[in-house]
Amino acid sequence: MNGRSEARLARPRHVLHIRGTPIATVLLGSMLPALLPIVAQAPLLPPFGFMIFIAWRLLRADIWPLWIGLPLGLFDDIMSGQPIGSAVLLWTIVLLGFEVESQRHFWRDYRHDWLSASVAIAFVLFGGWLFVWASGHGGPAIQILPQIAIGIGLFPFVVRICAVLDRWRLP
Amino acid sequence: MAPPSKRRAGHDRKAQYGLFVSYVFAIGVALVGILLLIISIADPQGFAVLRTAGAETTRPVAAGLKRLILGIGNADEAIGAYINAGSQNSALRRQVDANRTKLIEAEAIRQENLRLKRLLRLTEVDSDVVGAAHLISSTSSSAERVARIDIGTSRGVLPGMPVRAPEGLVGRVLRAGPNTADVLMIIDDGNVVPVRRTSDNVPGISRGHGDGTVEIRALNAERNPFKPGDIVVTSGIGGLYRPNIPVAVVARLDGDKAIAIPLANPSRIELVAVQRPYQPEPDSKPTTGTGVPAPPTSTSVAP
Repeated sequence: MNGRSEARLARPRHVLHIRGTPIATVLLGSMLPALLPIVAQAPLLPPFGFMIFIAWRLLRADIWPLWIGLPLGLFDDIMSGQPIGSAVLLWTIVLLGFEVESQRHFWRDYRHDWLSASVAIAFVLFGGWLFVWASGHGGPAIQILPQIAIGIGLFPFVVRICAVLDRWRLP
Repeated sequence: MAPPSKRRAGHDRKAQYGLFVSYVFAIGVALVGILLLIISIADPQGFAVLRTAGAETTRPVAAGLKRLILGIGNADEAIGAYINAGSQNSALRRQVDANRTKLIEAEAIRQENLRLKRLLRLTEVDSDVVGAAHLISSTSSSAERVARIDIGTSRGVLPGMPVRAPEGLVGRVLRAGPNTADVLMIIDDGNVVPVRRTSDNVPGISRGHGDGTVEIRALNAERNPFKPGDIVVTSGIGGLYRPNIPVAVVARLDGDKAIAIPLANPSRIELVAVQRPYQPEPDSKPTTGTGVPAPPTSTSVAP
């Protein structure tokens, strides 16, 4: 065995490194709209926090406990400006949906994952719009269609980033 | 590939219980989500502390990036302007010629206005500005149209204060933290502004359309009195927004309402001014209560 693979294989990792990386990336994705200096006139940015969240779920089926929608969703709501509770509810529903779906379809491939992620992104954006509309803000539902398209189009890119981080994270 | 899953209990009774408990937990979380939603829809200010904490933590990065990258929002306009440069140039030249005479006329009217006001001993308190601020970020992934500014209660900004840019009205303060404040923009569905048409004082209300435009409805006309090109300004009726702040220019008509484009494009403006809420003098207002707007008072002078 040469030195390089020895250095890479079975290197001790801190538990925060292994467990914390996915959580940190989701939090960072949720914070992105509040960090970027864009004053948008219509919903523009895809829900990066949610996309990273489901990318990890599809890469590693048992990475998230089913209650994780509460802390991560709450943080996303605080940062994104949605009514508080919106992401808590929607993310948990998506997590449960993936759970049921993965029991029915055991064999998965890349396109299958992308399709289920697309459905999830559309569901979460529409649900988010519905709750904003119920609270008396927002506008016509048609304005979230570009956002859904951007989200679905960027999803493979997000999966790549998560896959690279996954290799970095695990020993 | 078929990923191995620990959420397959098989015949292990203990694992089955564990799985059941995790599902119960998930449904509990969903119920908590519904509860939070109901609270936040019923009482929008209820979670203001949480949101403010989030805003304060992201403020340094957002403000720093804003200073670095100015004008990320108008890249498309720059490209469009480059393509249309030739025709735009001649059109603008004609417009400049037309505007020059109007400018001279306006200057004359302004001086006359000043003289008349001095005659009537009216004191102008128009610059009732709390502070100047930068727009640093917005809810760009949500359907709510809320922008964030980089000053807060430490500089005297309070919820309800109107926010304007040199070009026109931006919105009003929704929440204020120590060093940040969230501004509900006029393009949000929940923001209603009383307006009037500049040319003949037809009163109306402006309401956000959610997609960067506002819709204007006339208050007391049986048919739509607006036509493309009309400019509407705040009327000052009902207080809050002081009169004569430019709001929008009508782009097209849509049934009994007019679709207008805000004059202050929030993705392009840098500096905004937070103003004190406007309170019309109680004696100059007629006895309202019927909802019929008062005609514009002496602050506006028709040419």
